[in-house]
Amino acid sequence: MTKTPILQIDNLHAGVEGKEILKGLTLTIHAGEVHALMGLNGSGKSTLAAILAGRDGYEVSKGTVTYMGHDLLDMDPEVRAREGVFLAFQYPVEIPGVNSTYFLKAALNEIRKHRGQSELDAIDFLALVREKMKLLELGEDLLKRSVNSGFSGGEKKRAEIFQMAVLDPILAILDETDSGLDIDALKAVAEGVNKLRRPDSAQLVITHYQRLLNYIVPEHVHVMADGRIVKSGDKTLALELESKGYDWLLKSS
Amino acid sequence: MSTSTDTIESLVKQDYKYGFITDVESESAPPGLNEDIIRLISTKKQEPQWLTDWRLKAYRHWLTLKEPQWQFVKYPPVDFQDITYYSAPKQKGDAPKSLDEVDPKLLETYEKLGIPLRERARLAGVAVDAVFDSVSVGTTYREDLAKQGIIFCSFSEAVREHPDLVRKYLGSVVPYTDNYYATLNSAVFSDGSFCYIPKGVRCPMELSTYFRINAAKSGQFERTLIIADDRASVSYLEGCTAPMRDENQLHAAVVELVALEGSEIKYSTVQNWYPGDEQGRGGIYNFVTKRGLCKGRNSRITWTQVETGSAITWKYPSCILLGDGSKGEFYSVAVVNNRQQADTGTKMIHIGKNTRSTIVSKGISAGRGQNSYRGLVEIRQSAENARNFSQCDSMLIGNQCGAHTFPYIEVKNTTASVEHEASTSKIGEDQIFYCNSRGLETQDAVNMIVNGFCKEVFKELPMEFAVEAQKLLGVSLEGSVG
Ligand SMILES: Nc1ncnc2c1ncn2[C@@H]1O[C@H](COP(=O)(O)OP(=O)(O)O)[C@@H](O)[C@H]1O
Ligand SMILES: [Mg+2]
Repeated sequence: MTKTPILQIDNLHAGVEGKEILKGLTLTIHAGEVHALMGLNGSGKSTLAAILAGRDGYEVSKGTVTYMGHDLLDMDPEVRAREGVFLAFQYPVEIPGVNSTYFLKAALNEIRKHRGQSELDAIDFLALVREKMKLLELGEDLLKRSVNSGFSGGEKKRAEIFQMAVLDPILAILDETDSGLDIDALKAVAEGVNKLRRPDSAQLVITHYQRLLNYIVPEHVHVMADGRIVKSGDKTLALELESKGYDWLLKSS
Repeated sequence: MSTSTDTIESLVKQDYKYGFITDVESESAPPGLNEDIIRLISTKKQEPQWLTDWRLKAYRHWLTLKEPQWQFVKYPPVDFQDITYYSAPKQKGDAPKSLDEVDPKLLETYEKLGIPLRERARLAGVAVDAVFDSVSVGTTYREDLAKQGIIFCSFSEAVREHPDLVRKYLGSVVPYTDNYYATLNSAVFSDGSFCYIPKGVRCPMELSTYFRINAAKSGQFERTLIIADDRASVSYLEGCTAPMRDENQLHAAVVELVALEGSEIKYSTVQNWYPGDEQGRGGIYNFVTKRGLCKGRNSRITWTQVETGSAITWKYPSCILLGDGSKGEFYSVAVVNNRQQADTGTKMIHIGKNTRSTIVSKGISAGRGQNSYRGLVEIRQSAENARNFSQCDSMLIGNQCGAHTFPYIEVKNTTASVEHEASTSKIGEDQIFYCNSRGLETQDAVNMIVNGFCKEVFKELPMEFAVEAQKLLGVSLEGSVG
């Protein structure tokens, strides 16, 4: 196991407006792995996701984040995206008037340019979109609308996964993609995510509930509390959490 | 997060590309305004006595008026005696008979502006009347249009060649007593475009006037008159630029549209006068009166405007819906940046039965810009079943700009329905980050978001202009897919 990990977070301390939220978080993710990050509301999961994606306004006071051997924190958010980092947002924003297909094509072409690939024209792009849509069993209607505008909660989450399918990331971070989905939608989204698994990429699945993990089966499960990982284990940890709740972990930590 | 706000602000800053000065000898009247100057303009243009008299009546009326103060803009008082009211590029010998005889420097100017006039290079599908300071330097495709009975020429030529039409309609929509600047324009207007579409003719190409202010300290007072006879239709585009100069220049135009029974006039403007610099030095004062009369039954007038230039914009393209079943539409994007100020909107006056009006206004404010929407919807007693829908959206970029909305609604008929929607949004850090996280640079993200915001208006513009408008906002063409 001398391969460089996809993501290596070492003793990360970070906060916002002087308030420390992450308090020494360490996590390593290798190619081919799916990691689940669980924890109560407010434990800092979304903060971690935002810092990994490069949102403005967070101060990192200590620790390092290495992505594919490079300092991730040193890259602008769009560069991270082009290097293969993808965040499926917990609350995707609406961009009225900007057509989803147009948006996604512009994004993909930025990524392709960065990789030294030629830009896709409208016809090739549509072919790719159709292929991914088939894979995810998705209807075409969402793509005809403005980015996330007027989408239901479930539609927004599915649209995020669809973007992930098209942009084909190396590290996908899914922030509570399951919340707000009914069981059928949850299954559909999970199946989609599974189909996107590849030996050379990795997924960090943030969730509050274990039910998603019935469908997306992780190699590793981490429990987060108050800004750090308090317990790691295999998929049985998630089941244990389900039956015992979080309390036993919080007490022992 | 002030740093990211700064980046957004710096992104909307763009240099004014059309700020060059053409070095031509010009023939100008001395600065100042009096009856002699007005007679001089009238003589230069070989105008008939009735028109000279009309100008003088307007001038005498103007002397009794005070500059309006109600608009939400601030500027030092204009010294009307310091303005040159007539300036024309000097002609060698007789007036040019065709575009080939026009001073090459002038042709080059328009080429640099992206408006080639020479026969070989001229724009396909668009007939252009090019106005340079106070005069029209040429009109393309005139003969082709004339074959269908369409008259498209400079205003001065129309006065000479079609005096009856001009006399019948001049001032019929905007009377010389209308308002301070319209009255001033009536006294001193120099040139502009005239257009008449005969009964039942659909104008086969876009008609366009391109206005260029070149001379220093001169004002531009053009007058445009468009008449669509019964069942005729026409789409007209107006574009404009001016050199960068430190002093302010006045542009006080009047546009009159007359739509007869079943006819349609679509009037689109991409206004890009020099806006002044970051500190607010220089720039055009754009005080314009634009009004359309839906005179005949089932006639229709559509105003579409993209206002990005000028230090101060003050205009309300309006529709008087006189004919039963007539329709008025107003689609507007107004962008202010740095210290620009805009007070713009529309008036929809419903007089006829079953008249309809639609107003869509998108205001974008950045830098220290101040953007006001001012709109009047008036339903007169006679306007049975009149309907209006208004939507006014404002977008703020940064923290030092402002957006203001002043909707006025007067309803005197109970069968009317008037709907008004308004929203204000800040271009969100969230939206930009979302785009960033998909690989898009902040510049592209802002362009995309602004373009999306303006989409409902852009789709009303003729194709060539939509492209121009998007470029003006620093955006690349959207909608090539889907
Ligand atoms: N921008 C912010 N300003 C202040 N506090 C914040 C901000 N973002 C998150 N927090 C706080 O940080 C903690 C962790 O939040 P979050 O990362 O959203 O948790 P989770 O996703 O695990 O529910 C919470 O206490 C939250 O209130
Ligand atoms: Mg969260």
